[in-house]
Amino acid sequence: MSTASMEAALLLAGILFMLGLISVLIRRNIIFMLISVEIMLNAAGLAFIVAGTRWVQPDGQIMFIFILTMAAAEVSVGLALILQIYHQLKTLNSDAANIMKG
Amino acid sequence: MENLLWLIPALPFLGAILLVLFGGRLPKSLLSLIGVGSVGVSALVTILLGFEFLAERPLYYQQEVWQWFSVAGFTPSVAFHVDALSMVFIFVITFVGFLIHLYATAYMADEADFARFFACMNLFVGSMLVLVLADNLLLLYLGWEGVGLCSYLLIGFWYKEPANGYAARKAFIITRIGDTAMAIGLFLLFQLFGTLNIQTILSDAPQVWPVGAEGALLVALLLLGGAVGKSGQLPLQTWLPDAMAGPTPVSALIHAATMVTAGVYLIARMNVVFELAPLAQLLVAVVGAATLLIAGFSALTQYDLKRVLAYSTISQIGYMFLALGVGAWSAGIFHFMIHAFFKALLFLCAGAIILALHHEQDMRHMGGLRKSMPVVFWTFLIGAGSLAALPLITAGFYSKDQILWYALAGENGNVWLYAAGLAGAFVTSIYTFRMVFLTFYGPAKTHVSHPPGKLITIPLILLAILSLVGGFIELPHNFGHLVLFSELLQPVLPAIEASASLAANEWLFQLLAAVVSLGGVFVAYLFYIKSPYLLHRLMHNGLAVRLQQFWFAGWGFDALYDNLFVRPYVFLANLNKRDIIDSFYTGLARTAEGFHVMLSQSQNGVLRSYVMGIVVGAIMILTISLFL
Amino acid sequence: MELTFYIAAAVAILSTIMVITRYNMIHALLYLVVSFMAVAVVFFTLGAPFMAALEIIIYAGAIVVLIIFVIMMLNMIQEDVQREKEWLKPSVWVGPALLSAVLLAELAYILLGANPSQTEALVAVDAKLVGLALFGPYLLGVQLCGILLMAGIVGAYHLGRQKKKVIHRFLQERSAAA
Repeated sequence: MSTASMEAALLLAGILFMLGLISVLIRRNIIFMLISVEIMLNAAGLAFIVAGTRWVQPDGQIMFIFILTMAAAEVSVGLALILQIYHQLKTLNSDAANIMKG
Repeated sequence: MENLLWLIPALPFLGAILLVLFGGRLPKSLLSLIGVGSVGVSALVTILLGFEFLAERPLYYQQEVWQWFSVAGFTPSVAFHVDALSMVFIFVITFVGFLIHLYATAYMADEADFARFFACMNLFVGSMLVLVLADNLLLLYLGWEGVGLCSYLLIGFWYKEPANGYAARKAFIITRIGDTAMAIGLFLLFQLFGTLNIQTILSDAPQVWPVGAEGALLVALLLLGGAVGKSGQLPLQTWLPDAMAGPTPVSALIHAATMVTAGVYLIARMNVVFELAPLAQLLVAVVGAATLLIAGFSALTQYDLKRVLAYSTISQIGYMFLALGVGAWSAGIFHFMIHAFFKALLFLCAGAIILALHHEQDMRHMGGLRKSMPVVFWTFLIGAGSLAALPLITAGFYSKDQILWYALAGENGNVWLYAAGLAGAFVTSIYTFRMVFLTFYGPAKTHVSHPPGKLITIPLILLAILSLVGGFIELPHNFGHLVLFSELLQPVLPAIEASASLAANEWLFQLLAAVVSLGGVFVAYLFYIKSPYLLHRLMHNGLAVRLQQFWFAGWGFDALYDNLFVRPYVFLANLNKRDIIDSFYTGLARTAEGFHVMLSQSQNGVLRSYVMGIVVGAIMILTISLFL
Repeated sequence: MELTFYIAAAVAILSTIMVITRYNMIHALLYLVVSFMAVAVVFFTLGAPFMAALEIIIYAGAIVVLIIFVIMMLNMIQEDVQREKEWLKPSVWVGPALLSAVLLAELAYILLGANPSQTEALVAVDAKLVGLALFGPYLLGVQLCGILLMAGIVGAYHLGRQKKKVIHRFLQERSAAA
């Protein structure tokens, strides 16, 4: 039914991933960084689905479900952490968190 | 009786263990009882076994105690094997050892470390018995190293004196050189025969090797290396004179009567191998001849009573090697036995003198002891006579004469070996009586403060008797023709045939030997009693003085080895002290440390820089996998 | 169908660019919803309608709503938007953008240059197949996902709890020094 090529779809996944990556690199706001990570995860999921469709296997979609689950858990924990950081540091600047010597 | 064989080495070991464990808590009388008693009972068992052996005349007694271990088809046992050769050795070891132990209880009476001394002595006797009783070469090697260890422990017995520790280390290291050669020889034997059982090797060797085979030569030379190290022969003889740093009973037992003859035992035991390698056997004879001369001349110049005896021991073992080398196996063993008697006697006398004179060992400070110590004088005279081979009455004459005779008339004998032996006999006679005259004649220079007691004189008298009558069990065939000893050894050691052309004139050579021996005594008398000015005049001759110094230093062997081996080694060690090789590794460590300092700067806690690192890494990996 | 894919892809890219360039967080999140929806359309064109539905429900719905809740709790004002503007200077974003462009170029090189594309018709993998596989061979993975979610809930509860003035020990040191 579809005629979109696999390469084009994978390229889309790559572009989305790159955009997310750029955002992680240039943003200092932790919430923006979290959003960027979501974009990257989404792009990875897209790549899995493309691959699953290409080989007509359900595994790709199953991987997407797992990624989805992981993203949900990650966001909930990440947001809780952001709340804590904001309470402690009164800022959302990730560079300010370097006093934890991570 | 045969089943009690294991008791002979086990008893001294038991004594040693008891002394080590309880030495600090028992009174000295009990310690002496354990130390002497263990060897005494061992000697008793040996003598009983010997009677049975002489009565039954079996080829051998054999007893396997347990299997030592089993690895890849190699199954050496702790098994004892007694034939005539071992019988002679264990008799000498236990009996002479017992007398020396008895003597030592008096000699060491004031010593604080009484228990340690007897523990080491017992351990030594046990190890030596294992050495001569072993039925395989591995067990023999165990005993071999055991006696080496005890020798080290006892030379350095008075360890608070640094020089004694040095002497002990020297003895240990130099004998180790020979032991390494021997170990390699054993490896070769195992590779060729698949076993180290002595009897199997001896019976198989003629099938494996033809006469003169290279393999036999190699094995024989390696075994000779071990023998030379242990017996203080050229070129590894330098440790023995220094070994006199130990207590005198130790010198008597280990460095005169028993341990140093282990090399003689080894060569006699492996006689088949040596007969298959005539070149190696000739080398044995040459080493013996050279050693007996070199050590004899060194003995001429020494002033320390014990050092004279040490050099004479080297020289006498040289005679034994000469005998073994010319194929006169039983003559060598005969001389070993007689030598054990008279040399132990001489050492014990020397010990009595040294004890009486407050540990004075320099002969120049002795003299006139004939009157104050008559028993010691007479027994020492007997021992000296035996050493100098005074004709007819002393045992030494019969044993040495036999060696000289076969050195000339035996199948492998020749004129040069005979001449060396004869010259050696002359020198022996001179230095022996030089010793007697310096010590017992002339004016008394040191006061005798500590006359010897019964415990000291009894062993002396017993050994003196043996030194006199011991020779009568083997008389030359033109003079009594008694061959009890060589007949006993006949099944183990091949007999030797004297050449018929010379046999007719044997009496001539015996006369020559007697004249040489008496001549040596006369020369010593001339120089030291009758006209001492002759000696004085000789000492003004430059050449004689230089020769004297050269001989005094043991022909400069110590200096030679020092320059040849020790100094280069120390130089290299000093060079390497700064860890030249390690600098590479420390350099690596430094580099790693530098990178660590550099990279630890990057751990700044800024999340974005970490992500940047990941991205750069991903780009590098992708680029490399794409374009390379 | 192909046209739908390309349009959706273009929307997704554009809206994602808008997400990463916004100074105001709420605006960014709204664009993010658009981006997720466009990706959902892409899923649909690729023959995975169930995934498209999940994308909208969980990404565009649950996750974005969660973030919006948090932003509301943090009480963002105009000042923060200004500060965001200061942080996002060209000198900051040119370098990472170039690096990512290189990475993307390499990816494109692999995808397009390796072998000529053979346009096979994409066949839909329907939800029934996915469900069978999920509760067949991947049962263990599903259970692990359950545990992960459980851990996420517990962790979020524990970390998000408002405690009475709990100051981290590093900060205590710093405030003591100040």
